Amino acid sequence: MGKTLAEKVWEDHVVRSASGEPDLLYIDLHLIHEVTSPQAFDGLRLTGRKVRRPELTLATEDHNVPTLDIDKPIADPVSRLQVDTLRKNCAEFGVRIHSLGDIEQGIVHVVGPQLGITQPGMTIVCGDSHTSTHGAFGALAFGIGTSEVEHVLATQTLPLTKPKMMAVNIEGKLKPGVTSKDIILAVIAQISTGGGQGYILEYRGSAIRELSMEARMTICNMSIEAGARAGLIAPDEITFEYIRGRAHAPKGADWDAALAYWKTLQSDADAKFDKEIFLNADELSPFVTWGTNPGQGVPLNEAVPTPESFSDEQERRAAESALVYMDLKGGTPMKEIKIDTVFLGSCTNGRIEDLRSAAAIIKGKKVASNTRMLVVPGSARVRLQAESEGLDKVFLEFGAEWRSAGCSMCLGMNPDQLKPGERSASTSNRNFEGRQGKGGRTHLVSPLVAAATAIKGTLASPADL
Amino acid sequence: MEKFISHTGTGVPLRRSNVDTDQIIPAVYLKRVTRSGFEDGLFAAWRSDPDFVLNKSEYQGGTILVAGVDFGTGSSREHAVWALQNYGFKVVISSRFADIFRGNSLKGGLLTVILPQEEVEALWSAIELDPKTPISVNLETRSVSYNGKSIGFDLDDYTRWRLMEGLDDIGLTLRHTDLVDSFESKRAKFKPKTLPVLS
Repeated sequence: MGKTLAEKVWEDHVVRSASGEPDLLYIDLHLIHEVTSPQAFDGLRLTGRKVRRPELTLATEDHNVPTLDIDKPIADPVSRLQVDTLRKNCAEFGVRIHSLGDIEQGIVHVVGPQLGITQPGMTIVCGDSHTSTHGAFGALAFGIGTSEVEHVLATQTLPLTKPKMMAVNIEGKLKPGVTSKDIILAVIAQISTGGGQGYILEYRGSAIRELSMEARMTICNMSIEAGARAGLIAPDEITFEYIRGRAHAPKGADWDAALAYWKTLQSDADAKFDKEIFLNADELSPFVTWGTNPGQGVPLNEAVPTPESFSDEQERRAAESALVYMDLKGGTPMKEIKIDTVFLGSCTNGRIEDLRSAAAIIKGKKVASNTRMLVVPGSARVRLQAESEGLDKVFLEFGAEWRSAGCSMCLGMNPDQLKPGERSASTSNRNFEGRQGKGGRTHLVSPLVAAATAIKGTLASPADL
Repeated sequence: MEKFISHTGTGVPLRRSNVDTDQIIPAVYLKRVTRSGFEDGLFAAWRSDPDFVLNKSEYQGGTILVAGVDFGTGSSREHAVWALQNYGFKVVISSRFADIFRGNSLKGGLLTVILPQEEVEALWSAIELDPKTPISVNLETRSVSYNGKSIGFDLDDYTRWRLMEGLDDIGLTLRHTDLVDSFESKRAKFKPKTLPVLS
């Protein structure tokens, strides 16, 4: 019987397999940031252990960092201590780090692919659930907790039980104005936030093959919002071209060997998936969330659902409390919802293509009078690239704020936060209660919807302009 | 890690589904560099509500959290496990846990027990009827018992053994260092390295 892509990558990394025990998998790349690593390094110190393979480890500062005044010390002393702790740990254990102000600094999941260090067929972990992003390259990539961070630091391996396999088939062609963000929001709405639990998702089909690498990263990024620890896409020419020539891409004979291996990385025609779901890309339209989990989404053309419309009691109760938190009434057209803040950025949609697509919509226009827009590139390099293309001026002339790289308003951990009751349209990945700041209300959207919303001041797509 | 064989305590009914890790502990509380002291951030947004279950006098001292479906979704923060443990919880019961949270909890010795939703509902009712109801969770027999009733739960043999012995994963893996060495000696040369820094 054939194998799925994920099974192939899994099997290529098994160090030890024993009946009744988890497989011990070798980890090709361990990404680190300041929030989930300090206790892991502490654990190493307590036990006198070293980082086994510093040259397979890479750290960056992203969650806590401010996106303004980055040349000054971090104002919040607790955040500053956490960042300083990462710097000290990396120095002590010999780990490469890209600190605030460094040209390679940025959100960990933007930095890896940008350096060419994310490649097909790898196992990649990070103490961050959006590590699934790297699955876009045909890598097996997933988030881990701090105990596992310590385990990987000490042993370069992880004991893991093989998940089940789910094929997410998306055939057809996206209409103009519909993006990969809309695909993944529609997938999550279909299978719910728990639907992917225990599975690795493989996104396949003609609609996926047409997507750029950055658009694929957006989809894989939000696998975790469907409950799946990992999601991946078979590598193809688009993948190989994206990697070719990047700083850490294989060169010369190594490139040829790598390419030959990468080309074997696809699910066999007779591979068996434990579950399959189907979505028709032709039928998709811009998708937005109305509630407080990423599965509570609807097409932008529709209305906020009423709790009574849910037959499942749990879902009905969840909808009731979500509507209270979001201060919304069932039946309200989504397009009538007023937005205070538009956030364009994050590991989901903070790459150059995201900035370009939003800039093309807002160029020559002005931000709505009661709305502010925050544009936060995913990395220092993305920021520089955007500036070289004049996008910073487009955003500034529009009336948006142009910031430095970091996780920013995706999570309420740094100075970029919503105020209680403030409502955002956000290109990030989570609309949980308080995610963007205590009492803040989040609608997840694509970069195109973010741009159109910033112009109108209410949730809108470019077609509404 | 402390051994877990059995635990008897009282329950706290958290009648909410989809409690994500941002609700268990919001990001602003994640800035500590230690493993302790996270109890102040546990369910921080809800703690200001006097009617929130953790604020009710009858549930003080509860060590078994009984939560709705899809507990622990979202972020991979192990701080969520630490916050629950620092507060005093030893066991969380739900009909479904998010994968990363469940992995973190079982690594850190916070036992997560999966029971069918109807059993969760029955447990909620029993605790609400009498908050002092003793609940026993036994790993040896893989069962939850209260009011003369016993419900079995699944947990794989390996994880159960590790929890009952209080073994940490790193120590177990280091027994196989020779296999890791031999795997590394055969890794493809084209695999990327982070050092030296290339540009």
